[in-house]
Amino acid sequence: MQTSPQGALPPSTRPRLAPASLGRWLKENLFNTWYNSLLTLVSLWFVWVAISSTARWAFATARWEVIPANLTPLLIGTYPRGQVWRIWTALLTVAFLAGATAGTAGGRGKRVAAWVAPLALASLLFPLRWPTRVMLGAAVALVAGGYWLFRGKRRLWPWLAGAWFFSFPWILFLMWGIEGSGAMPRVETSAWGGLALTLILAMVGIAASLPIGILLALGRRSSLPVISWCSTALIELVRGTPLVTILFMAHLMVPIFLPELRIDKVVRAMIGLTIFTSAYMAENVRGGLQGVPKGQYEAAMALGMSGPLTMLLVILPQALRAVIPSIVGQFISLFKDTSLVAIIGLLDLLGIARSVIANPRWLGLQAEVFLFAGLIYWLFSFTLSQSSRRIERALGLTKPS
Amino acid sequence: MNVSQSDDIIICEDVHKWFGDFHVLKGISVRIGRGEKVVICGPSGSGKSTFIRTLNRLEHHQRGRIIVDGIELTDDLKNIEAIRRETGMVFQQFNLFPHLTVLQNITLGPIWVRKMKKSEAAELAMSLLERVGIPEQAHKYPSQLSGGQQQRVAIARALAMQPKIMLFDEPTSALDPEMIKEVLDVMRELAQSGITMLVVTHEMGFAREVADRILFFDQGQIVEEAPPHEFFAAPKHERTKLFLSQILHH
Repeated sequence: MQTSPQGALPPSTRPRLAPASLGRWLKENLFNTWYNSLLTLVSLWFVWVAISSTARWAFATARWEVIPANLTPLLIGTYPRGQVWRIWTALLTVAFLAGATAGTAGGRGKRVAAWVAPLALASLLFPLRWPTRVMLGAAVALVAGGYWLFRGKRRLWPWLAGAWFFSFPWILFLMWGIEGSGAMPRVETSAWGGLALTLILAMVGIAASLPIGILLALGRRSSLPVISWCSTALIELVRGTPLVTILFMAHLMVPIFLPELRIDKVVRAMIGLTIFTSAYMAENVRGGLQGVPKGQYEAAMALGMSGPLTMLLVILPQALRAVIPSIVGQFISLFKDTSLVAIIGLLDLLGIARSVIANPRWLGLQAEVFLFAGLIYWLFSFTLSQSSRRIERALGLTKPS
Repeated sequence: MNVSQSDDIIICEDVHKWFGDFHVLKGISVRIGRGEKVVICGPSGSGKSTFIRTLNRLEHHQRGRIIVDGIELTDDLKNIEAIRRETGMVFQQFNLFPHLTVLQNITLGPIWVRKMKKSEAAELAMSLLERVGIPEQAHKYPSQLSGGQQQRVAIARALAMQPKIMLFDEPTSALDPEMIKEVLDVMRELAQSGITMLVVTHEMGFAREVADRILFFDQGQIVEEAPPHEFFAAPKHERTKLFLSQILHH
């Protein structure tokens, strides 16, 4: 057997496992030389100044009442107050599906509780109205219920994937309503706003850009020159253009080019976001496709599988698995990029935040409002990236050898 | 296109192939009988792998004719897929599908190409895994198996399509020495079953024992063609003698 370099190291150079005491650890790591001591002291001073002034601002100066006073518009815009149950229904649908997904994916109960408990706690701590608290409680109950019902039932995941797929049109239907109906009247998209609009834009963008991106990636690799040229041209055109420009184009140009087709403002923003994300998604997927070795195509073909079947059953599953991190990264940036629709006059979370601080009553409270909006963006992005890490870990076994 | 049925399951007439300017196959003409076991050997770069890959159209030939089980290989996709269904292939690098379990690897072809019922395919797969000696690995992923086990799964996967012909492209060249035997044992057992086998290999012991005929390739041509006892005892060509002396006394 060969000797490894680690085995050859004398024991004295191995890192010490546990420090003997806190005082000794401090002396060895932070105050071992005069310049390290100086650095430590200066850093401590900076940290102290930053924390103390932030805390003083957050607990003394900041006027947090602006948040509860504007919470409803921040969350749902100007959606008719009598119709809010429709948004709650949509939320409860998602809560149940999320719980069920955690259950089938073999997530541990503790982990699910760790996500849900803070939400329940927050709803009690913050000054919310009781109906809101009840609905949030119901959402928590549905997450837990979905988890218990589907726990360990891995076989059900194709059904769950289907349910997720159909939840998108279902949520849009809930939001839109039916023309001339009494119980569920049409709510025009001009009344959509706040976090609800942000989430809908992100959701539609995610659901549409992944399949379109896959098709574009396959198109770019197609052996038919027309298809590969068109796909490449579209991808490169979009990737060379800032999202703001695309949103403006969708906002201003579409009505000029297609005046008969009066496409809704929100739908135009959805189209813009989808086109933009699809191009990046296509490049991510293409990267994954290039990583699948030639032998995989040959093995599938040698079994007599047709080209499309080979792609669907052998190549794409491997390619997509390999690029899950970058796909989720794309989803996260799409979620944050939806804030740009405020520029074309949509009142998403950031748009509402801006209109709140423009109100003379809340003059000068930018910091409070933007901090709150930022916190919400972070909360959702963090959840997405955590679930991506869980998926990666769950698939770790099946990495190509 | 159907050519008159004959005892020969593979007929090659003057097959040529170029990779760019490089003339890989220079007029291969050979007939292989139903149930015949043929071992193909020769120095690396002699075109033996390329030749076996033209038989199921993983490489396409540019001149000459190849007729497999009465169907001529042309650009016609239907013919190609029909021939591939009758022809199992085992690769040097195994090429198992890493995202599927062993069982799913084996049932994929039967379910999607042969339109077999899932339960039937699973039964077939389990019986094949018994045959290659690793039924207990059915629910593992390929990356959890040793090289020898992976190659045995690959053989089972090819057999699941119930092919008439099995092509082996250097099946033991990527294996550690201690795993070569387990794969060759499976192939020996398979040879008893009457299936047509073409094996590209350097395992001369296997060739001596199993082959009905040995084809010796050099520089894109079949230099010598003989039953094993003749091939090893009295090689005719200088090139064959040199090759045998190198491979047997290294």
